Amino acid sequence: MLKYLLSRLGGMAVVMAIVAVLVFLLTRAAPGDPVAVLLGDQATPADIARVRVQYGLDQPLPLQFAYWLRELAQGNLGDSIFLQRPVTQALWERAEPTLLLALMAVAVAALIGVPCGVVSAVFRGRLVDQCFTGIAMLGASIPSFWLGLVLIQLFAVSLGWFPVSGYGEPGAPLGQRLHALVLPALVLGLLNSALIIRFTRASMLDVLGEDYVRTARSKGLPEGVVVFKHALRNALVPIVTVLGLTVALMIGGAVITETVFGLPGVGNLVVNAVLRRDYPVIQGALLVIAAIYVLINFLIDLLYMVVDPRVKV
Amino acid sequence: MKLPLALKLLLRRRIVLFALLVLSLITVLALGAELFGRVDPNDTAVLERLRGPSGAHWLGTDELGRDVYARIVHGGRYSLLIAAGTALGAVLMGTLLGLVAGFFKRLDGPLMRLVDAMMSFPDILLAIALVAILGPSMFNVVLALVLVYTPRVARVVRASTLVLRELLFVEAARAVGVSTPLILWRHILPNLISPVLVQLSFIFAYAILAEAGLSFLGVGVPPEIPTWGTMVAGSQSYAHQAFWVVLFPGLAIIFTALSLQLVGDGVRDLLDPKLKKSMK
Repeated sequence: MLKYLLSRLGGMAVVMAIVAVLVFLLTRAAPGDPVAVLLGDQATPADIARVRVQYGLDQPLPLQFAYWLRELAQGNLGDSIFLQRPVTQALWERAEPTLLLALMAVAVAALIGVPCGVVSAVFRGRLVDQCFTGIAMLGASIPSFWLGLVLIQLFAVSLGWFPVSGYGEPGAPLGQRLHALVLPALVLGLLNSALIIRFTRASMLDVLGEDYVRTARSKGLPEGVVVFKHALRNALVPIVTVLGLTVALMIGGAVITETVFGLPGVGNLVVNAVLRRDYPVIQGALLVIAAIYVLINFLIDLLYMVVDPRVKV
Repeated sequence: MKLPLALKLLLRRRIVLFALLVLSLITVLALGAELFGRVDPNDTAVLERLRGPSGAHWLGTDELGRDVYARIVHGGRYSLLIAAGTALGAVLMGTLLGLVAGFFKRLDGPLMRLVDAMMSFPDILLAIALVAILGPSMFNVVLALVLVYTPRVARVVRASTLVLRELLFVEAARAVGVSTPLILWRHILPNLISPVLVQLSFIFAYAILAEAGLSFLGVGVPPEIPTWGTMVAGSQSYAHQAFWVVLFPGLAIIFTALSLQLVGDGVRDLLDPKLKKSMK
């Protein structure tokens, strides 16, 4: 058990190291001088050189990487070139809408996806199953910006139930902020429910074929008890995994939805940083986003060991 | 003899047949855009701007008075080209990577950790970062998307290769002295065709969506090239007065992606030996 845990931890460290190298190389391979962009047309070469030294951009690449790692070890992701503040602070300011959005969206996806998936599995091959499978595939074919624009048109412009864009006034009460997140959460939730339907269906079909389900049936338990108490509870373990990973992927991966709805989230921060070649922000954000994914992945593995006593590798 | 039977089984499912028809129609329209587009997709007519669907403009006109139908047909060529290039590139690279990782035990660990690392970034975010570095052009969008989807294919191919490697016919081939490259080429690769085909159709669909998403964010194909993504991106602020400028390009994306996934699903079912028996 301990050995397994240690090997998983080691694997995680290796992956994170590769992520760090990839992120660093990615931003340094980019063309265009961010300092020249920052200072504008009026800057003299001397100005540019001075600011380059200030940000350490005049050092050789391996040295820049070493500096970056040293700062990283102290929890310092560097300063944004454009936002005039530390990257960690910029990320922290953007964290709330992104996290709330991810949680709300996953709730929507689970509320739609799990029941539909269960029904699909129980009535495998019937019309209901075919309908839900079709809907799931349709959901995976709709671009999020398009669904966002359609929902904005319907519920914000025509009906006026929700704000067209934005995240409330600065310092708005939580209720108002959550209200602004309803439509974006619906977009992400609906689209991701497609994946959850398919996954729940597959997971339930696996479990429904197990011996203990046959035993439960043969001892005369009502079908409802068999499906919900025996099958679903066991099928839920992998489903929860996917839900967890979905949350992880929405941190940064919800960038299109954030942009359509004008939400000041993490994904939005990265896109703006990319458009302005703000290296420290791109680096820091990509690193943190990937780290969160790797970490959640690891935690889910741990959870497996706790929930399922058979997993004792 | 194998293919006709497979094809026959595939076509027996009406929904897959329908999807194939939709795909053929879209492809023919896109390839013959000059023939079927009716008017020049870049012809602007200020007096005709934001007109609704009519006999003259089947799907209406956009904010510059350009014909939406003509732009969808012409844009389809670029969207399909980008997606096809992505799918082919990712499948080729992913197969190579997965084959090597799955067959050579020593390379498995390092290669798969690299794949893990690449897959810990959300797809779209990695694509954005890559396009930003490579620069916004059609080729670079394809290149970025290939890099994003290669790990996915590599994982599938590796898993299949791990199983195949242990099978008796591989052992037999090795026992009679067949060289390793020949084993990979003659014995492993042909058995990977089916899972790879499934991946091909799904990545094709994802790439259609991803290209549209990138263009929408303004980090994809240059806006002057009409793709389904740049059409929605360019016209979105007019959606409230002329919904068709956004509706129809969106529907083109949805129909294409959906058809591709249906075909991929059909191929997957076909390859499932349990289902095959019941379909005969």
